[in-house]
Amino acid sequence: MSEGAAAAHDVLLVGGGAAGLRAAIAIAETNPALSVAVISKVYPMRSHTVSAEGGAAGAMAADDTLDEHAYDTVSGGDWLGDQDAIETFVQEAPRELLQLEHWGCPWSRQPNGRIAVRAFGGMKKMRTWFAADKTGFHMLHTLFQTSLKYADLRRYDEWFVTRLLVDDGRVHGVVAIELRTGRIETITAKAVVLCTGGGGKVFPYTTNANICTGDGMALAYRAGAPLKDMEFVQYHPTGLPFTGILITEATRAEGGWLLNKDGYRYLQDYDLGKPEPTPVLRSMELGPRDRLSQAFVHEVEKGRTIESPYGPVVHLDLRHLGAKLIDTKLPMVRELCLKYERIDPVKELIPVRPVVHYMMGGVSTDINGATPIEGLFAAGETACVSINGANRLGSNSLPECLVFGARAGNAAAEYASSAKPAPSVVLRQNDDEERRISQLLATDGGTEQIADIREAVQSTMEDSAGIFRSGDSLAKGIDQLAESRQRLASLKLADRTRAFNTELVAALELANLLDIAETILHSAISREESRGAHQRTDFTTRDDENFLNHALAYRDADGSPRIERLPVTITRWPPGERVYGR
Amino acid sequence: MPDSIQMRVTRYTPGDSAPTVADYDVPLRQDWSVLDGLNHIKDNLDGSLSYRWSCRMGICGSCGMNVQGTPKLTCGTFLSDYAPGPVRVEPLTNFPIVRDLVVDIDDFMEKLPKVKPWIVRNDEAGALIDREYLQTPEELEEYKQFSNCINCMLCYAACPVYGLDEDFIGPAAIALAERYDLDTRDRGRRERLDVLIEREGVWGCTFVGECTRVCPKHVDPAGAIQRYKLEAAKESVMAVLLPRGAL
Repeated sequence: MSEGAAAAHDVLLVGGGAAGLRAAIAIAETNPALSVAVISKVYPMRSHTVSAEGGAAGAMAADDTLDEHAYDTVSGGDWLGDQDAIETFVQEAPRELLQLEHWGCPWSRQPNGRIAVRAFGGMKKMRTWFAADKTGFHMLHTLFQTSLKYADLRRYDEWFVTRLLVDDGRVHGVVAIELRTGRIETITAKAVVLCTGGGGKVFPYTTNANICTGDGMALAYRAGAPLKDMEFVQYHPTGLPFTGILITEATRAEGGWLLNKDGYRYLQDYDLGKPEPTPVLRSMELGPRDRLSQAFVHEVEKGRTIESPYGPVVHLDLRHLGAKLIDTKLPMVRELCLKYERIDPVKELIPVRPVVHYMMGGVSTDINGATPIEGLFAAGETACVSINGANRLGSNSLPECLVFGARAGNAAAEYASSAKPAPSVVLRQNDDEERRISQLLATDGGTEQIADIREAVQSTMEDSAGIFRSGDSLAKGIDQLAESRQRLASLKLADRTRAFNTELVAALELANLLDIAETILHSAISREESRGAHQRTDFTTRDDENFLNHALAYRDADGSPRIERLPVTITRWPPGERVYGR
Repeated sequence: MPDSIQMRVTRYTPGDSAPTVADYDVPLRQDWSVLDGLNHIKDNLDGSLSYRWSCRMGICGSCGMNVQGTPKLTCGTFLSDYAPGPVRVEPLTNFPIVRDLVVDIDDFMEKLPKVKPWIVRNDEAGALIDREYLQTPEELEEYKQFSNCINCMLCYAACPVYGLDEDFIGPAAIALAERYDLDTRDRGRRERLDVLIEREGVWGCTFVGECTRVCPKHVDPAGAIQRYKLEAAKESVMAVLLPRGAL
């Protein structure tokens, strides 16, 4: 197997969600002569894009402007987003959403047949396109089905990438396990685009799917690329308590209320505006996610939440919306509540709590998705361009996958058109991987179980780097992760077979989780201020003088993260106060 | 309610002469799905058990298995509904087994592109026009249920025809063809009919209707198949009356 590569391509997309498929189609359309492949650990239609519910923002309405979308995004991100990237993003988002419409995405419509838009948190105008409350599902299947048009697009479904082939600062492809057989193969490519989504599974309560283990971030990090702004982890204010299943922000956009145990719309106590019977943009329940999740913690401290078997919760009240609106615009919410909570939101209150939802941080890229490693690109949640800054606004992530998926795809194609094929020396790295994985499978005498270490990492992260953090909690977390890393070295695998060994995959995913967990804690402890989703109890205010900059986490020779800083790009919106509801 | 339930799970590794069954006792909790039970086994009892899962909210389509003989999404099927047990968990029927509860769905992945599940139209010539195609909520409603297919393969597992004739293109692929045919933006009806009118297209179906019954997303593949049969029948009558090029 190590004589040569199993296959060679011009561009390899790692991950088949919205960003990866959008990139693939972009290349197939503009550079049909290039050999393009998508490699993913799951079939593309299983990718986590499928779970996105509420919608995708793009300013197209007559009363809306690109500048307003940009300003909402800049202020929503507490001025940490790069404004050149944000301007590009808001400009290209409507075109991308229209492109999806032309490809058949079943966007919800106005009676006259035009696209319908809904309100969303932190957005001053109604600009969120939606397909009922299954927007991600419909976008993903539209992209996947459209990608089938391109018969030459090669897919490696259910292949798990374990390593990037990098030599002399250039990427040349990947080593991957074909899950069905367990074979380890090298696939060379002149350009590689990482589109593997986020890593919410590093926390115990998350909306994220089982597959969201930060694979692309860890691959890039181990290959020497920096991860940017990893300390910014978004808690979505409304997840179901046991499962962590997302109850979309669209529930509040359609008029839902958040109530504490006294039936009181508590957000009015947190500088988010006054309660009105109908939704007010950028106010109360339509405030940004970071502020809403922080308000929940304060309610817990005041003893005004409701106890549940899975910890404190508040109530999301949709009863006044009525069955008709819920069934047309929020059908999946009703279905999920009935199935997983055995309650009917038409008649009953939904118990919710903040759950980890999204990583603002990721592989550091420029506006074209390029990383500092030549030929290596990233897009979507895996990447940090950054447009989301310290807190992403709901409905910006789906268009981000489209805009930067297409840009990264095109940039990768252009690079690949002139790049030379891989030098034979990199193929030797296949042997290293073969040896490493065989050893992992053959090791005797290990004592540690995957699930135990994973739970330890997750509870470390929740305790040390939750909605509020401090220097002490983070330092303690760093020590605990070091312990987990030691335990990982004496892992015990029960499954020694090669064919579809999901335990082996889980072990490799756990190593990825641990890598990104470390970058989160080290980035967080280095940021001695509070900004957006990063709230320090020991540094409670924003400090633009010292921290209007990105944190870049590089992997040091000893394996630990080294943090460097990179200025934020400000174009037209100098840092100001975030104002909601007044 | 007893505090545990026995799960009887199919085990198979390539090279085994036949699948076997392993029994595991798992906690029986009101809010635990069959998938939670499998995860308990994997995390605590036997790390070598293999199965697919991801979103655990009934939308990614990964975790279809036969539960007590019926194709189900295991993340949306609850152990308490099978108390006191035991509850039998098997790989989806009608597919080759790769390992334990993991089945080989290559056949579907190869068939799906044949029905051209994308918008077919030639007037755009690749150039993006600057506004949307109009489509009223009523027009959207026409195809919406078919667009909810999550490719979970439960309908293929339930389909007795697919079980006997693997050439049959199958319920989900036909439902997705119908999804695009009924979309006002599409012009591909003719091309899709050419595929579905073949022997392995809609004619294989003997209208058992199991596909629609097991669909976790309330898609009606059986209805789609019936509509195609009518259309194909009309088509063959017309073909007798008129030369093909005249259609």
